[in-house]
Amino acid sequence: MREPTIYELSSPGRKGVSYPEPDVPKTSLPDGLTRSDLPLPELSELDVIRHFTNISKKNYSIDSGFYPLGSCTMKYNPKINEEAARLPGFSYTHPLQPIETVQGNLALMYELQQWLAEISGFSAVSLQPAAGAQGEFSGVMTIRAYHLHRGDNKRIKMLIPDSAHGTNPATASMCGFETVGIPTDSQGNVDLEALKAACDDTLAGMMLTNPNTLGLFEQGILEAVEAVHQAGGLVYGDGANLNALLGIARPGDLGLDVMHFNLHKTFSTPHGGGGPGSGPIGVKEHLAPFLPGPIVTIIEEGNNEVPPLYGLEMPEHSIGRVKSFFGNFAMMVRAYVYISMHGPEGLRKVSENAVLNANYVRALVKDTYKVTYDRICMHEFVAEGHWNDAPGVIALDIAKRLIDYNFHPPTNYFPLIVHEALMIEPTETESKQTLDQFAEALLKIAEEAKTDPSLLKEAPHHTPVGRLNEVKAAKDLILCSCELPYG
Amino acid sequence: MFTPHTDPERAEMLKTIGVEKIEDLFKDVPEQFRFPKLDLPEALSEMEAIKQAQDLATANESARDLVCFLGAGAYNHYTPAAVDSLLRRGEFYTAYTPYQPEVSQGTLQAIFEFQSLVAALTGMEVTNASHYDGATAVAEAGIMAYHHFRGKRLKVVVSPSLHPQYRDVLCTYLCGIEGVQIVTPDVESPLSNPEDLLPYVDDQTALVFVQYPDFFGRIFDFTELAEKVHAAGALFAVATNPLSLGLLKPPGEFGADIVVGEGQSLGLPLAYGGPYLGLFSTKMELVRKIAGRLVGETEDKNGNRGYVLTLTAREQHIRREKATSNICTNQGLLALAATIYMSLLGKNGLQKVAELCYHKAHYAAEKINQINGFSVISKSPFFNEFIVDCPLPVDEINLHLLDQGILGGFDLSKDYPSMQNKMLVAVTEMNSKADIDLLCEILKEVSHA
Amino acid sequence: MKIPGDLKFTKGDEWVKVDGNIATLGITDYAQDHLSDVVFVEITVSQDDNVKAGTTVATLESVKAAADVNSPVSGKVIEINESLPDAPESVNTDPFDSAWMIKVEMTNPAELDALMDAAAYEKYCEERES
Repeated sequence: MREPTIYELSSPGRKGVSYPEPDVPKTSLPDGLTRSDLPLPELSELDVIRHFTNISKKNYSIDSGFYPLGSCTMKYNPKINEEAARLPGFSYTHPLQPIETVQGNLALMYELQQWLAEISGFSAVSLQPAAGAQGEFSGVMTIRAYHLHRGDNKRIKMLIPDSAHGTNPATASMCGFETVGIPTDSQGNVDLEALKAACDDTLAGMMLTNPNTLGLFEQGILEAVEAVHQAGGLVYGDGANLNALLGIARPGDLGLDVMHFNLHKTFSTPHGGGGPGSGPIGVKEHLAPFLPGPIVTIIEEGNNEVPPLYGLEMPEHSIGRVKSFFGNFAMMVRAYVYISMHGPEGLRKVSENAVLNANYVRALVKDTYKVTYDRICMHEFVAEGHWNDAPGVIALDIAKRLIDYNFHPPTNYFPLIVHEALMIEPTETESKQTLDQFAEALLKIAEEAKTDPSLLKEAPHHTPVGRLNEVKAAKDLILCSCELPYG
Repeated sequence: MFTPHTDPERAEMLKTIGVEKIEDLFKDVPEQFRFPKLDLPEALSEMEAIKQAQDLATANESARDLVCFLGAGAYNHYTPAAVDSLLRRGEFYTAYTPYQPEVSQGTLQAIFEFQSLVAALTGMEVTNASHYDGATAVAEAGIMAYHHFRGKRLKVVVSPSLHPQYRDVLCTYLCGIEGVQIVTPDVESPLSNPEDLLPYVDDQTALVFVQYPDFFGRIFDFTELAEKVHAAGALFAVATNPLSLGLLKPPGEFGADIVVGEGQSLGLPLAYGGPYLGLFSTKMELVRKIAGRLVGETEDKNGNRGYVLTLTAREQHIRREKATSNICTNQGLLALAATIYMSLLGKNGLQKVAELCYHKAHYAAEKINQINGFSVISKSPFFNEFIVDCPLPVDEINLHLLDQGILGGFDLSKDYPSMQNKMLVAVTEMNSKADIDLLCEILKEVSHA
Repeated sequence: MKIPGDLKFTKGDEWVKVDGNIATLGITDYAQDHLSDVVFVEITVSQDDNVKAGTTVATLESVKAAADVNSPVSGKVIEINESLPDAPESVNTDPFDSAWMIKVEMTNPAELDALMDAAAYEKYCEERES
């Protein structure tokens, strides 16, 4: 059922909210600077509620079903987080209030900084970056700043595995580095020989994801990090896959110099249909002066009677601000509550079960879906979505057919090094029953691919719209409502 | 906590995988670093965790308990109840990025409507699905201008009355690019006029950036400046407060090539600075240079109208090191909130709120101007913020105001050393006449003391 | 898959037609097939620009990929196909004729020796498919 747009629902004169008349004398409006027309729609409150309620029903969401998107960590979003973030004492605080009036906020941020550092094995944390990509940018910029600060400006190379997420090379370019791709070996690890060959004194560092995007723990990680350090470079860790490592291993212990966190993956803050996220970074001592800021520090130590006085400080040689104010505070509240409810044992259980679930699904499907690098995986694994005896059927078709079985498709066509890739990450919050049903669906689809491929090719069958014409979208470029005068 | 497995289930699963115990799954982790003991507080139950959060929240004072006259880039506006009630729908907030459009038409249609509303507000032809905040939208505009000229023009001229934090972030992002020069004239006397930028604009300039209303609340007609910037071959960008556009002439009508803004003033909570909402609008001819997501309208094979992410070939997951930006997320849920807000208020409501802010601010300015020792120095038209010259340092005055339950304006000397004792006062529809009269009474006491 | 016998080919799937010391270039049938529907073409050099072998001269976008077109020869750009940006689909339907991209007056025709002929290119395509 087609839901009209708000412009199509508009009716002249309708109002959705009432405001009082001004209780002060009016001042004349500035000459020549006022607008003659404001082309916004006019709707009643009920119109608005119905419209958005109806379109929401066209969405798949974690609250309605299983979402095995590899590298996205679609775990359950606890409702208590939403309560906490909405406490008026948090949500009505203005970022420029005097610090004495927001000690609750600063205490929360300080503790979160400490907890993230402890979980990952780093010394200092900045909560400012607004998303993973921004955390990456910040992290790589601290490496750049570190070298420049030492007077070393010939380090222009950044090594990046060819399995890396697209944000990695994009980030390296944004920071002015040349990217050097490192291949993956037959075991699914970054190729150590190729890596060592690329290490020289023009090396700024390496961007590494561990577990990598194949869902595999880098078996040579200590050697890889050592090689980069020996050449004078630093290692940035992409923390997107941290859900496999909580209480299992600390990236800082493994030798990484800097890492970003995704609070919206590992720490359960909701994805919101595409944001907001939150991408803090953790660093070792030698990079702490370069963190983006301001960060929260203790200005006056407390004692048994009096809590410490918290304040905000720019690190000594900071790379600068990466966004306004202090970061996505409301997401920090959620992550804070999540960590406080898990404690050290709870966090370890998260990763143990995430890894258990991924290996379980892998075991159930690997005889039918080729797992390119078939060994014990971490929190996700990558399978191939094609068969010789089902010509023409590709990963995209399998993905769309899963929708008919009421499952959100896994990530497809990433990482680029696997042909017709399907990346499956169940997360720890899914039950054995759900995983069994999912595996069963995958196996049924594999059968259908051989006996009745049109079922896949024409999927999905029961959604509000079928497969959409993306070529038309890119050619016609209708990017806003046609009711507008300017568009 | 939220893991559902029972021990028998776990045992069965381990058997299927072919290992004996869970620890066997972690053999690849170097032994000396395996299973570290994390020094964190023991787990709390839900009851205890929310109590802990409440204790922290009540340790704050907020715009709930205080009368707020603080702005400077974040504003205390009223959010209608319908907004949050829709945001709390799990279908919206627990959904992912709409990469599978068949099961994400809710999210996609909402973003399409967001793009439409912001285009309407700014008077521009195309809007993207949002950036992290106003500051990063400014930075993305800088990066876009650089790539537009393919590195042949390396100068960016920035007004000193562009929000100081936006200028900082622009600098953080552009300093990774070799040769780029950011010129900000008159920082020591920032109350300059738009024309004062012109001597710095030449054929090396990629972009000229102004703010409307500016950081000090002032409104200028930029038509002539835009013309001169275009004559020099450069792009003209305007950072704006979208709520003010309920009243003011939109930048699209006076020659802006790029319009960015902070969407927090569209009914988003103050939330101690984030998450906020970066707006980014431009002309169709620049559409392929835009960073961030774009939603387009199309059809399925049965002719049903639907929405998809489009022009994705620009984005990082395809272009990789050739992408102009690494941006991955937009501010999905906040864009939805702003869309609902703008839908509820509509044509009349948005204008009404903007006018309330305008009239109340002007009333406040006039009254404050009459207090001995205080004078309002904003001479040009202003929207809802103005500068007050005070007889004492601003933080002393603010301490006094705080005692009386008032959150005073922003101390401008923090960002502009030449502006000692100058307070930036913001007034919104949340401030009643009684609030403003109270403010004036306390300031009178201060000037007598 | 079409591979006209009178052209030369690069490993980046560009074709070159040589006429005296003028080189015309575009992308091959193999390339357009892998890109699938091309929705956008931008020629990133202008008339009279000097290019070196390896310089990017155009960018193409389809719904799932973006690709750079690099000139295999050095010289001066003497003509660009002005009508191509308005008809991006011709890259798919007519890659060797109406979807030509630029013409270069070569300064070093010896650079052509490094390119493949039709037979070598066909083999190269087959190798990649297996």
